[in-house]
Amino acid sequence: MQLIDPASVDVPMLPVPFTVRSLVRETYDTFTFSLEPLNRSNSQTFQPGQFSMLWAFGIGEIPVSISGNSADSSSLTYTVRSVGQVSKALVHLKPQESVGVRGPFGTAWPVKEACGKDVVLVAGGIGLAPLRSVIYHVLSNRDHYGRLIIIYGTRTPRDLLFRKELAQWAKQPRTNVLTTVDSSGLSWRGHVGVVTNLFRYAQLNPSNSLAMICGPEVMMRFAARELETRGLPSPAIYLSMERNMKCAIGFCGHCQWGPHFICKDGPVFPYNRIRALTEHHEL
Amino acid sequence: MQTLEHIISEHPFFVGLNASDLHLLAGCAKNVVFPPAGYILKEGEEANQFFLLRQGRVALEIFSPNRKPAVIETLGPGEIMGWSWLLHPYHWKFHARAIEQVRAIALDGKCLRKKCEENHDLGYELLKRFAKIIEHRLEATRLQLLDVYAAH
Repeated sequence: MQLIDPASVDVPMLPVPFTVRSLVRETYDTFTFSLEPLNRSNSQTFQPGQFSMLWAFGIGEIPVSISGNSADSSSLTYTVRSVGQVSKALVHLKPQESVGVRGPFGTAWPVKEACGKDVVLVAGGIGLAPLRSVIYHVLSNRDHYGRLIIIYGTRTPRDLLFRKELAQWAKQPRTNVLTTVDSSGLSWRGHVGVVTNLFRYAQLNPSNSLAMICGPEVMMRFAARELETRGLPSPAIYLSMERNMKCAIGFCGHCQWGPHFICKDGPVFPYNRIRALTEHHEL
Repeated sequence: MQTLEHIISEHPFFVGLNASDLHLLAGCAKNVVFPPAGYILKEGEEANQFFLLRQGRVALEIFSPNRKPAVIETLGPGEIMGWSWLLHPYHWKFHARAIEQVRAIALDGKCLRKKCEENHDLGYELLKRFAKIIEHRLEATRLQLLDVYAAH
């Protein structure tokens, strides 16, 4: 019997086998791992902001945003918080173990539209992971962009992701990294307060900036409003939405949000297209 | 050298205030400096000042029995610290500690309360500006209460 290589047929529901190349513990519950295809011909490219469906074999499948460098086609990198059965299984994988990958799916962050502008990234919690690809892209194409402003809020100091990278990014030219936590003990010397409190330190240039926001929905709603209050037009604000993605190709309807399928029409949306939906309680 | 009146006029909290009000405020103001790690004010003490932060950051702290003390918010340059001077019984509700050296303009609350009673236009103008700050911090506190980053 001959096994069919799923990548050789155009069947988006079939996962392609990848193996774990490396695994890094970011915090007590969040891990970053890199996957490489079992068969090198199955290498995948992606655009910052896209997501994959990851199969923990025998357990299930979840959508995970790609947090790696889109210029690296040899591997795919994901940052996963261990909160459910599948994510728990994924973070317990060991090097060389197998994972099924479908995708990449969905819309991307508007990195081309941001050329020549200041790039304002607003991240909340694990929402920094889908924006990390944008940071890599901007830093690798530094001349194409104005200032890079990274505004990041999380729960406590021990929940901070990519600590070393945050420090490295802050040293880059024309780059401003602002972090805050919602609460802390007395030993933390950084900012305490919600992420929107940091906007006042960012010296935004609203007439020539493009903002990308990723985090819990309520945080994104407040951040988008605050950016508008500070003069950013809503078409210059993008959000990455999250819903219960299952098929990831717009068939099953699990992630339907008003007229949109998050998996196909999103996850990245311009704020002016979805503003009314973000304020609708039942959706 | 900049006068207190000039410094106050440039602080974001007082932007747009008319010259006579600025003059009145300056009469109640003085420059202050706090060393790193030192307490600027403590919960329960009489609140007879508020501060226009110019340099350095301040941690607002809360203490509760059987729990570790917590920082609930940090404030920095361009921000206002303290509104308990405005509301009876004029007692601080939190500790405030300088994280680094803090330079600020301290405004005498007793002096200002008297001036606001005499000049209701000034009082109303100050109240509107403080209400904006209070609204902003209330909104922030509500967001913090939601604990949006927790694994739900």
